[in-house]
Amino acid sequence: MKYSYKVPCKKEKLRDIRSFVKEILDKHGLSEIDASTLVLAIDEVCANLIIHAHQCNAKDSIELQIIVKHNDGIIFDIIDKAEIFDIGQYEEPKLEDIIKKQRKGGLGLILVKRIMDDIEIIHDSSKNICRLTKRIDVI
Amino acid sequence: MVDVKRIQEGNYDLITIVGEVDASSSIELDNAIAEAIQSGNKAFLVDCSSLEYISSAGLGVFMSYIEDFKKNDIHIVLFGMNEKVRNVFEILGLDQLLTIRGEKEEAKSAL
Repeated sequence: MKYSYKVPCKKEKLRDIRSFVKEILDKHGLSEIDASTLVLAIDEVCANLIIHAHQCNAKDSIELQIIVKHNDGIIFDIIDKAEIFDIGQYEEPKLEDIIKKQRKGGLGLILVKRIMDDIEIIHDSSKNICRLTKRIDVI
Repeated sequence: MVDVKRIQEGNYDLITIVGEVDASSSIELDNAIAEAIQSGNKAFLVDCSSLEYISSAGLGVFMSYIEDFKKNDIHIVLFGMNEKVRNVFEILGLDQLLTIRGEKEEAKSAL
């Protein structure tokens, strides 16, 4: 099953993105806790793109595609024309350093790396895809 | 999308977070915590029972004030988190860095 959702780059759209993902995951029988964790990871990547790659410019948009493979897992593709930061290469800052420096950012990508099984950045001629894979039983 | 209320209850202030804290609403939480610190009070309970969602933006707010809490000898205890919200704190290990309790009474005793 494949699902797709395109949204303008506004922070206020994050809530809609979460509802969209949640609805699909519920439909495929994920537990509430598994679904909420995956929703969080998608929220983090989208927030990162909307804020840092697009500076919340509502004229730009990002697209989310979800592919659910029975008994295999779920692929989340976040598609963007802007350059996507390679989360896989992101070196996790130490929590102690974040606390000492009183930084508010830097936690989102740590969460994504801890939640997802695979993170891949695919460069196409016209777009970039951040592909997040979760191997999990789905119906 | 988030409301943060603060009321004085005896020897501590009760901060109640209602709604969802994400990248678009974390500023509200940030302002409320900053005001709480500036108030000069030293004891806070944070009621998370109506906190429906928190992303890294919200966790970052708590993280960024840990040093201020220490420096100003402020005691802050979070309580009442639902399982999903608590899970987010645990993924990052923040449950080890902040004081989190189940019920309000336990939280009061931990102050």
